[in-house]
Amino acid sequence: MHYGPHTAADRARMLGALGLSSIDQLFDDIPAALRASKLDLPDPEPELELAARLSALAARNRTDLASFLGAGVYRHWSPPAVDQILLRGEWYTAYTPYQPEISQGTLQSIYEYESLLAELVDLDVVSASHYDGAAATAEAALMTCRQTHRDRVLVSRAVHPHYRETLRTYFSGGLQLEEIPLVAGGDAAGTTDLDALERMLAEPDRPVAGVIAAQPDFLGLLEPMPAIGELAHAAGALFVAVVEPIGLSVLAPPGAYGADIAAGEGQPLGIAPQYGGPYLGILATTDALVRQIPGRLVGMTTDLDGQRAFVMTMRAREQDIRRDKAASNICTNQALLALAASVYLTTVGPHGLRDVAALGAARASELEAALAAVGAPRIHPGPYLNEFAIRVPNARLIHRRLLDRGILAGLVLADAEPGDTSLADGLLVCTTEVTTRDEIDLFAEALAEILGGRPAGVEAGAGSGGSALAGSAR
Amino acid sequence: MVPTDLHYTKDHEWVRVDGDEATVGITAYATEQLGDIVFVELPDVGRSLDQFATFGVVESVKAVSDLFAPVGGEVLETNAALTGQPELVNSEPYEGGWMVRLRLADAAQLDELLDATAYDALIAAG
Repeated sequence: MHYGPHTAADRARMLGALGLSSIDQLFDDIPAALRASKLDLPDPEPELELAARLSALAARNRTDLASFLGAGVYRHWSPPAVDQILLRGEWYTAYTPYQPEISQGTLQSIYEYESLLAELVDLDVVSASHYDGAAATAEAALMTCRQTHRDRVLVSRAVHPHYRETLRTYFSGGLQLEEIPLVAGGDAAGTTDLDALERMLAEPDRPVAGVIAAQPDFLGLLEPMPAIGELAHAAGALFVAVVEPIGLSVLAPPGAYGADIAAGEGQPLGIAPQYGGPYLGILATTDALVRQIPGRLVGMTTDLDGQRAFVMTMRAREQDIRRDKAASNICTNQALLALAASVYLTTVGPHGLRDVAALGAARASELEAALAAVGAPRIHPGPYLNEFAIRVPNARLIHRRLLDRGILAGLVLADAEPGDTSLADGLLVCTTEVTTRDEIDLFAEALAEILGGRPAGVEAGAGSGGSALAGSAR
Repeated sequence: MVPTDLHYTKDHEWVRVDGDEATVGITAYATEQLGDIVFVELPDVGRSLDQFATFGVVESVKAVSDLFAPVGGEVLETNAALTGQPELVNSEPYEGGWMVRLRLADAAQLDELLDATAYDALIAAG
């Protein structure tokens, strides 16, 4: 699709057709006080100087660190084809054209995205697409309320704190949101407390619309998703699984354990970690809930000549038609980021995706052994995939001192979950396929020195009993 | 001329009363305005509706509209055939395309509806 600016003559002709003499007249209906008059912007600068200033700002970002930070956003290797394709002019536009007569390429790319993600989550319908995982999770929660005509949603305390905050914002208008506590000790420590969930579901006269749990959870642990789903369904509630897409290549997908809705952050699929996004909100559901899912749905059909064609479908639920009764205020999508996910998945392929997940898990197992050997053991005993919490004395101080040595030692859990004393000395650390053994050794050795313990002396490839895939693979 | 044995709303629903049961659908005029109907969302059996309350949604290829109950009452039955064949609403608006059957709460509510002559005049006026 091509875009060209209007000339002064174009504008004059359009205004003439409307019987107006100036563009300002077009906005006469908006009170003058509400119109933007002057934006508070600095004076223009020459492009060369501006580029130099922005480059200097960008250079202040630390890209030299050995990073073990995940906590919802993950570093992955992205095939160069991903960015190369995104930068093509046909895609790289602020506006997503949807008219089928001129936009078959865009519509097909959205259809491909929806098909690829549907395969990954093993559900019938995927919408394209939402701002981020938190927004998609909140939309999923609203779907459960609309479908069940109930207004109470239970979210596991082990769902990402930012997602819970977004849920609270969405639910501040009268819907009820309650947090399911986590198991305090024992083998299941740090995962959703099933007994507490059962009690909350059984409260008289307080029917639950939906139950939300994450796999893996915020602490990296694997949740008993089938059991959570069964409890939810027995109480007439819907089950929302918050998922991480790369892990889905080795973990059971939401469709396999009876989830009604899957939501998640698509950033790991070819989108670089960047402060504040934009990211990719994944939202998927079953045929039974297709009329509740917000966002764009693209279908494949045949045109008048019998040729394959792609069109937007189920449009009638959306805001421009349904106004205040629309399924959501979402009325468009960030097509470029959905495209990144499609190109990533297509170039990496199903086997490659499994390799990515498995390598991240293997590195995590090595990291666990290396850190435990220098006095920073895991907090929780349960299985994990590629992220886990460790305990170190004075976690915040240690984190800062490691940063001085070029190591980003994950997330200080006391900052993310200040109310949880069991995490007070915790760091949430993560590995992916881009984590190297050298980085793991560097982390362990630096930590050993700071803690005053013995040097790491960890052998590459050392594994440990508490790790990863055992018992959780498909 | 629309069927003379029915009562009508200004929102283009019809109701047929048989004893204390009331069958509700939308008029042929409504289906022509909506175009091909692809989905009808109906209430749960047992739900109690007030007169003129929203009881469901009808979705066509180009629009979605709320459905309003011409009379109040408890939902006795919904037309299960519409799940698989929503096009019945287009082809047989007054017969196979019916939507819900209610237990009529108050026959006096019928006085607030239009008869066939008044409804014909309404749609003739556009």
